[in-house]
Amino acid sequence: MLDLLKEPVLAVQEFFLLTGRAFRNIVRKPHYSADIFLQADTIGVGSLPLVVLVGLFSGVVMALQMSRALNQYGQVEKTGTLVAITLVRELGPVLTAIMMAGRNSSGIASELGSMKVTEQIDAMRALGTDPVQKLVTPRLEATCFMLPLLTVIADFVGMFGGWIIAIGFLHIQSRQYWSSAWRALEWNDVTQGLIKPLVFAVIISLIGCFYGLRTTGGTQGVGRSTTQAVVAAVVLIFIVDVLITKIFVSQGAS
Amino acid sequence: MPNETRTPILRFDNVTVSFDGVPALSGLSFEAYESESRVILGAAGSGKTVLLKTALGLARPDSGKVYAFGRDLTRMRERELFEIRSKIGMLFQEGALFDSLNIEENVAYPLLNQKSIKCPPDQVHSRVAEALEFVELGGTLERFPSELSGGMRRRAAIARAVVTAPPLTLYDSPTAGLDPITAHTIIALLIKERDTANTTTLVVTHRYQDGNLIANFRYNSEQGNLQPAGDGATPRARTTFMVMKEGRLVFEGDQDRLEASTDSYITKFVKRRE
Repeated sequence: MLDLLKEPVLAVQEFFLLTGRAFRNIVRKPHYSADIFLQADTIGVGSLPLVVLVGLFSGVVMALQMSRALNQYGQVEKTGTLVAITLVRELGPVLTAIMMAGRNSSGIASELGSMKVTEQIDAMRALGTDPVQKLVTPRLEATCFMLPLLTVIADFVGMFGGWIIAIGFLHIQSRQYWSSAWRALEWNDVTQGLIKPLVFAVIISLIGCFYGLRTTGGTQGVGRSTTQAVVAAVVLIFIVDVLITKIFVSQGAS
Repeated sequence: MPNETRTPILRFDNVTVSFDGVPALSGLSFEAYESESRVILGAAGSGKTVLLKTALGLARPDSGKVYAFGRDLTRMRERELFEIRSKIGMLFQEGALFDSLNIEENVAYPLLNQKSIKCPPDQVHSRVAEALEFVELGGTLERFPSELSGGMRRRAAIARAVVTAPPLTLYDSPTAGLDPITAHTIIALLIKERDTANTTTLVVTHRYQDGNLIANFRYNSEQGNLQPAGDGATPRARTTFMVMKEGRLVFEGDQDRLEASTDSYITKFVKRRE
């Protein structure tokens, strides 16, 4: 029984050690700024079309679903309120993070995994570079910078999608939709809507790096690491989402 | 003999390395001296690659000591190891060139990233070009590793390993997967590097021909080719053969002793000279 637990416990320990080293390197020299910009471009700008698409459709679907429910109480004009709250608090951060996990945790894990199995990570160490400093920290910084931005874009595009449904199908006035959406949002919502992507960014980047750097077993191992990274990142995003939501719900109630 | 030649460049003292409880090296001890060549033979999985990685501090021993240039690697932190590693050139098994960098950037990498090298930025390009000329790849600076053949990649990786002029060079299976002509070219380059820069050289291989060339040929810089050594005018390089089996050193000695061995495992790697 203890032997069965040994491996996962060791993996968790290694993950936290990697996390500690990645964060410590943020303030340590050398800083690979070119790598940070490259990763910000790949991870952030590269994910933009996907995030816009997902944001738009989630807003559209939310408006359609909510209008049906609100119609029963004669409150269809509140559609903007519900779309804004659900997007900013929950759907924007979580859906964007899941898209990013699928696209970037896997990409990071496969890239670093390929480097590991072809001894490029060892070569990097042999040639005077700390792989955590060169590969992990820039990906962490780039993801932490880009994911909140992408989430804000997804939130806004989602509300825009809701607006299309509101004026096109629900016959709500444009001004009414936007003012109800704007008034619905409190600082509590905006704060949790921005803290969530920041924490999810740490999960997405470090889980990808962690599984990539512990890859063994050739190209088959790279495939395995990629799958594990996506699964672990998505599961952790949901667990952490519940924890953060619980904290903010408790705060909002008091 | 001058005094400093008796200080080993690399010394393993009863080194044991294991991965997940499985020993990869068991109680390994040997010493490599300045300008000595060591040819390490052994079956796949016998610990040859782990030996080289331990010499670089990439793998940590569970017990025993590793000394490079008189300093104990086992007590050093990762960042302290960078200084020692800058004195050691390593050719990895498949070259391990960085896919995302072109050949010039790959070869320039140690010059730009190893702090103790301190190469002035305006000299980087000329040193890279010189190293690539050395391996006869002068026209490939702008090309990416994926655009080169296997033999060319291996040569570019040799250029990256020797661009900093390290006094100790480690080659992990430099001829694995190459055709006989390319393999001969690669070994000729190793001998050229050894004889022009007078480096201590460790070569892991499973081709006995490679060891035979290293032990019996010298690079003639005037004619630019390999010539048989041992005729008085060109003495043989001091070459020691090591045979590894399941992480243990089962033979250490010169070529004559190796060829005289009757051990069934050792004879598998030896083709006697005619």
